[in-house]
Amino acid sequence: MAEYEMVIGLEVHAELATKSKIFCGCSTKFGGAPNTHVCEICSGMPGTLPTLNKSVVEYAVKAGTALNCEITRRNKFDRKNYFYPDLPKAYQVSQLYFPICRNGKVEIKTEKGTKFIGIHEIHMEEDAGKLVHDPFTEQTLVDYNRCGVPLIEIVSEPDFRSAEEVIAYLEKLRDTLQYLEVSDCKMQEGSMRADVNLSVRPLGQAEFGTRTEMKNINSLKAIARAIEYERERQIDLIEAGGKVTQETRRWDDDREITYAMRSKENAQDYKYFPEPDLMPIVISDEYLKQVKDNMPELADAKKERYMTELGLPEYDADIITGSTRLVKVFEKTVEICGSPKDASNWIMTDLLKLCNDAHIAVEDMEFRNESLGEIIKMVSDGKINRKTGKEVLGQAFTNGVLPEEYVEKNGLAQVSDLSAIEPAIKEVLANNEKAVGEYLGGSEKNFGFLVGQSMKALKGKADPQAVRSVLQKLLDEMR
Amino acid sequence: MTIEEIKTLSALEIGRAIREGRTSSQEVTRAMLDLIKEKNADVNAYTYVAEEEAMAQAKQADEDIQAGKLTGDLAGVPIAIKDNICTKGMITSCGSKMLYNFLPPYDATVIRKLRDAGMVILGKTNMDEFAMGSTTETSYYGPTLNPWGEDRVPGGSSGGSAAAVAADLATVSLGSDTGGSIRQPASFCGVTGLKPTYGTVSRYGLVAFASSLDQIGPIGRDVNDVAAVYNLICGIDEKDQTSTETKQLDLEAVKNFDVKGMKIGLPEEYFGEGIEKDVKDVVMQAVKFYEDHGATVETFPMPIVDYAIPTYYIIACAEACSNLSRYDGIKYGYRPDGVDDLMELYIRSRSEGFGMEVKRRIMLGNFVLSSGYYDAYYNKALQAKALIKKAFDEAFEKYDVVIGPVAPTTALKCGESLSDPLKMYLGDICTVLINIVGLPAISVPAGFDSKGLPVGMQLIGKHYSEQTLCGAAAAFQRENDCHRRHADKEVK
Amino acid sequence: MEITDELIGYLQQLGRIRLTDEEQEKTKKDLGSILGYIDKLNELDTEGVEPMSHAFGRTNVFREDVVSNDAMVDDVLSNAPEAKDGYFVVPRTVE
Repeated sequence: MAEYEMVIGLEVHAELATKSKIFCGCSTKFGGAPNTHVCEICSGMPGTLPTLNKSVVEYAVKAGTALNCEITRRNKFDRKNYFYPDLPKAYQVSQLYFPICRNGKVEIKTEKGTKFIGIHEIHMEEDAGKLVHDPFTEQTLVDYNRCGVPLIEIVSEPDFRSAEEVIAYLEKLRDTLQYLEVSDCKMQEGSMRADVNLSVRPLGQAEFGTRTEMKNINSLKAIARAIEYERERQIDLIEAGGKVTQETRRWDDDREITYAMRSKENAQDYKYFPEPDLMPIVISDEYLKQVKDNMPELADAKKERYMTELGLPEYDADIITGSTRLVKVFEKTVEICGSPKDASNWIMTDLLKLCNDAHIAVEDMEFRNESLGEIIKMVSDGKINRKTGKEVLGQAFTNGVLPEEYVEKNGLAQVSDLSAIEPAIKEVLANNEKAVGEYLGGSEKNFGFLVGQSMKALKGKADPQAVRSVLQKLLDEMR
Repeated sequence: MTIEEIKTLSALEIGRAIREGRTSSQEVTRAMLDLIKEKNADVNAYTYVAEEEAMAQAKQADEDIQAGKLTGDLAGVPIAIKDNICTKGMITSCGSKMLYNFLPPYDATVIRKLRDAGMVILGKTNMDEFAMGSTTETSYYGPTLNPWGEDRVPGGSSGGSAAAVAADLATVSLGSDTGGSIRQPASFCGVTGLKPTYGTVSRYGLVAFASSLDQIGPIGRDVNDVAAVYNLICGIDEKDQTSTETKQLDLEAVKNFDVKGMKIGLPEEYFGEGIEKDVKDVVMQAVKFYEDHGATVETFPMPIVDYAIPTYYIIACAEACSNLSRYDGIKYGYRPDGVDDLMELYIRSRSEGFGMEVKRRIMLGNFVLSSGYYDAYYNKALQAKALIKKAFDEAFEKYDVVIGPVAPTTALKCGESLSDPLKMYLGDICTVLINIVGLPAISVPAGFDSKGLPVGMQLIGKHYSEQTLCGAAAAFQRENDCHRRHADKEVK
Repeated sequence: MEITDELIGYLQQLGRIRLTDEEQEKTKKDLGSILGYIDKLNELDTEGVEPMSHAFGRTNVFREDVVSNDAMVDDVLSNAPEAKDGYFVVPRTVE
């Protein structure tokens, strides 16, 4: 069998995190009862007109800038015409002739090293509605809530040669868009979707093979599996003397196969032409400068800074910058407690464990960004000990308690007043005559036991250092 | 006031009479509704008469006028609305079976503005289906007849709006103009119609035919009324991003406009072969009026006129086929019963819901946009558009106003152009260029042909020159009375 | 320009329209003469002319990103030929 090389290009749709839709004032909130985030405009009523949301352009320019694209200075929208029940106007307002961003590139890292993936273009467009099959009536139900939610479509060059590269690229895109806060990129909610164009060719052949397109695969794992499946299917086909047909295929995640879609989607004539209802958008130098000046620090730069300036180990820096939510918690924590090292330790050991145990994705934590910093500060100020701190963190994580208030209410503040500690320890000594006797008889290890008993008696609220010194003093007096 | 008295008044005069307490909005509205009841069957100008809504609105207007809340020129005055302009809770059918039951859940911006000004909506007027036609014969509701002769078409597509004014079934009305649909019926019916600069009047709520060409405008008996209605509906609208900041017209200045020193250009091609001799003669006679009053007049070549029809039909049909794709039997309008296949639902809804002219233009639009033909047709038309704009830019460097006929003929006989669509399209030769470039133009009654049918003169100006156009039209109407002649006596 | 059966069929398919045989014959003739006239445009020299989609007007017309619409589900569905549980209803779509 000849050796084959896979060639993949991606079309990634990301829903923009604007409050309102691209062409009307309806909410972009995910879900909701059917047709409740819908008005006469996004439902395509006769006579209605689109009004372009300013933030959509801003978000697209931000994304393009972060992905090293050229920004198109004179933009227009075009209509892509096709009939389908999820598209109420029977055309999608998109950009064909003058996409807002072109010629970008993204650096990805895989086990084989680093590589640049070319971005062919990014364009702005509107999302379509959702179709729900009604199994009882054999009818299809149409919900326009998602209609008109703004999208950017990021079209890559056919630069991928492995599933690993595809996944690394998608993670990189997701991180970037999340850092820019232009999209939440939740694949399971469909706010980030990838179409995979895949072909194979004998290694060394210059021309591309015939490609198939796999649409709307909704997780990274599924994408990797779909790529592997489709690669093998195409190679088997060619090896058996067959030919790959250019077509759209759908990935069935349950059966782990791809299958050709029956629709005539493959031979569509979209009859694109300039959208007459929207005026051209002219991007000025000033506007571009403004966007560039306001770009947030992205993952790579942040990771580098965490390591060099804040002294975090690479592993910690990598984990934290891998999630915009952790970055927010981390930066807030450092701001409050002043110690990057403590902040990172608490996140890596305690906070992530809580997420893990509760099976909650970091992104979905309902946890105040301030809480961790407040807890660490109480610990470092000696107000509570570390063990209490962990308990408070657990409460803050699970029940959303405010740390200081919780400590106050439950009397968890550390006892550092010697006069309060002494009577408790005296009682411990009185109740443990045997251990005291052995200690005084020279058994040093009994000191540790007595510390433990004292802490227990003080319900863990005492400063261990203070307990040790009082205990030592009292024992010395007994000699 | 009696019906006969009301019929002789202009909209501005009715407004004044109401404000001065000589009549009331209710009295005028009632009179209009009675006239409609009596005569609409002859003309078929209205597809829907909003009797109850109109009387309620008139009552409210009277109260608000009395309370001093409404003080505008046209408060309480009734108006007729073309049936492609959305009126909340009032069927808006576009003259099509496709929308025979469509009740818009919202008001078009112009309707909101008219309501705010206290104008009373009498009803919806007949039109060519989806505004596609020049005769008002392609309506699902049957043809509208021209009040000047029952065997004559009123023009189109705003035939109902023009005929309603000509037959005294409304004093003013709103139409829409994509390639002449206000001006040509105004010309055929002997009334005044303004196609404003693209963007000066919001299109929000105007059911789209060709979005880059469509424009709402007023029709009335004289230009003062037309200007007054224009003032109510114009202005930038945040719901229409193609709309622009617009200055209100100075109605006093319109009324007293002096044409002395005005430079007028006559495109040779607007007076060439294919234009009826009677039409040329009447328009030239009107032009002479301006010359006699101190304007300079010269002819100039405008060879681009030869490419007007191809350019227009390519652009208009391309946009139309996209705009009309939303009619699919799913969200609103006509849907046949018992269809259990999606493709069949599309095909049957559209084949049964649309008339032949609409289907023809949808196919034409699909042709010029389809892959393989886009560059040769649609893109070529966009290039021609650039050249047409250049030709007008050059003309307006020399002239304040360009004058020509509105149409090559006066009102055609019914049925004459239905059988030959190309012939009908060629009748748009004088009007379509204006829409391609977005210019303002006004159709003014200039006289009558040998058959006694009205002839319209078209004044064309540069962008945002409505003040000059209306002024020039008013100057003509101050000293000519052809616009005052009522057609109603001719209706049998 | 001659309009073939194939082209007239394709145009109907693109527009989701079905003509009767009689209509189709008439339309072939009409479109033929209309396109024949439209082909006159080929005589116009447009060498180097930039296609113009917007003749004039504003640029950069935007709406601020504010949620301004109230739910109007009843209004949205009020014209639907068939609706159920807040959804529009269509015959089953394939896939």
